[in-house]
Amino acid sequence: MNNIVVMPMVVPLLTGILLVFLRSQVKIQQLLSIFSIITTAVISVYILNLIQEDGVLRIDFGGWMPPYGISFVADSFSVLLVLTTAIVTGILLIYAFSSIGRAHENMFFYPFVFFLIAGVNGSFLTGDLFNLFVCFEVMLLSSYVLITLGGRKVQLVESIKYISINVLSSWFFLVGIAYLYGTVGTLNMAHLSVRIAEVGQGPLLTVISIIFLLVFSLKSGLLLYFWLPGSYSAPPTVVAALFGALLTKVGIYAMFRVFTLIFYHEQGVTHLLIGIMAALTMIGGSIGAIAYNDVRQIVSYNVVIAVGFILVGLAVSTEIAFQGSIYYLIHDMIIKALLFLIAGTMVYLTGTARIEQMSGLIRNYPLLGWLFFITMLSLAGIPPLSGFIGKVYVGQGAIEAGSYLLLAIAFLSSIFVLYSLLRIFMNCFWGETIINEDDDVPLKKGMLIPLVLFGILTIVLGIGAEGLAPYVTDAARTLANPEIYIDAVLNGEG
Amino acid sequence: MKINDVILQTVTKIVVFIILTFGVELFLSGHNNPGGGFIGGLVLSSAFVLLYLVFDIETVRKGIPFDFKKIAAFGALLAVGTGLGSVLFGSAFLTQTASHFNLPVFGETELSTVVLFEAGVALTVVGVVVTIILSISEDV
Repeated sequence: MNNIVVMPMVVPLLTGILLVFLRSQVKIQQLLSIFSIITTAVISVYILNLIQEDGVLRIDFGGWMPPYGISFVADSFSVLLVLTTAIVTGILLIYAFSSIGRAHENMFFYPFVFFLIAGVNGSFLTGDLFNLFVCFEVMLLSSYVLITLGGRKVQLVESIKYISINVLSSWFFLVGIAYLYGTVGTLNMAHLSVRIAEVGQGPLLTVISIIFLLVFSLKSGLLLYFWLPGSYSAPPTVVAALFGALLTKVGIYAMFRVFTLIFYHEQGVTHLLIGIMAALTMIGGSIGAIAYNDVRQIVSYNVVIAVGFILVGLAVSTEIAFQGSIYYLIHDMIIKALLFLIAGTMVYLTGTARIEQMSGLIRNYPLLGWLFFITMLSLAGIPPLSGFIGKVYVGQGAIEAGSYLLLAIAFLSSIFVLYSLLRIFMNCFWGETIINEDDDVPLKKGMLIPLVLFGILTIVLGIGAEGLAPYVTDAARTLANPEIYIDAVLNGEG
Repeated sequence: MKINDVILQTVTKIVVFIILTFGVELFLSGHNNPGGGFIGGLVLSSAFVLLYLVFDIETVRKGIPFDFKKIAAFGALLAVGTGLGSVLFGSAFLTQTASHFNLPVFGETELSTVVLFEAGVALTVVGVVVTIILSISEDV
């Protein structure tokens, strides 16, 4: 019994509830949020180290043993993501303090951020498929509130699309769960894996697995990303950054979990499909990223490309490729938050999102310009920044598995990422400055500090990848050998 | 035009108590029989919604001067709190316990910590449902 495992979900949940009572005391809300997110991060570090000593950890709610009760299971993969979530959210909160405005803060902005985090962490940690659905809903309901809060026209237009597509995919999720329960009679993920291994993954189960693939593709924006660029460019900057950094990653995580732990027998069908979808996603995302002149659209399409890239690792399914995907997932959560923040800051400073209407920003805001430059290099995968190591491992995995086409598309997409961001850089940061010194909007310290923190983080993660290596190796080993996970859930003492 | 709703108001004054009693009955019969905090909470909140419909919002607000958003938050706090309570006693999160007591009026009674958890659920449901109905009515 390890009650600590549930804390990354309970601490944000409790914080969210307490913040509701503190509605009018904005200062106390801010202090409590920062305190709580730091606590979550510290707890995750502790759990991560505990896993290295004791193996995969588990907590059975109410003492009901699996497969009957609901358990939270913490392996290195999920806790690494929980930790990254806490760090990214913490830095985003600092940005929110100076940018989101009193109107949002009075309308329960912070509580809903924390409910969102509770849902995200719950999804990462749960060991039960139905509980995964519930945690998804907690996360999505909070995201519905965050996307509409403020009530500008564009937000309402996009939120209708966002909510209807998510309600539809949640319905498919529920149908998939019902089919699966009807077929094998359990919902505990480890138990599912055992039972499916016993009866063999026949055509029926493969069809069910494709329903799950459909659901998670909708959530993560794998091929079915048509809703994503619109929804992610409508809300305020910090909310967009939160979504871009976290929400699609939960879908990706769920896909990794389900297709490495439960449906890994028919790789010729499911993983081939994932590979094709990943390739098409990267191609479509690349076209989108260079087609638009709106900063926010370009940035949103960059999210799409990254989703495709990470899932190349799942498509080839070797241990090295898993390592690459995990590195890249962590990198992408940090760098997408930074990218969204920079894009939002540019819009805030110039009052326009069109890149042809901005020019010479680096003269007015040199630090912002150089941060954008670092972000660009990091996303393109230039060493020693954080994007490099992930790309190398994914590439190595693809070569091992002989998926050369996928490899070529994955690395070509990096060029497109570089090109799309270079366009922003050359248009907006180079050239004659259009802002004269009189109407120079000052860049607030509270906005600059989080950007710098993210910038430092991407450099540290790149140079210090060695320090992360034992955790990532363990995470990839657990993904590649599902019996470690199953053993900890079904045989380990609770 | 002023609508004459004397009959509706008179009936409601009685019916609300029947609904509230039924809600409490459903709430208490949970755990071992059909019922529980969620259903009980829904029935309880239907009584409040009926009050808001029949009398106007201002009148009811005078009688029930609570912020229903805070009630919802308090309910959630209670539910999570009972879950964490078991952690303090060294058991797994959300562990519930029950035991038998000899109470003066009720005689031998089973008291369970589940009731606290369910009370949290019921309060959350009441708070959320009433908040939703009130928000919708404010828009028009």
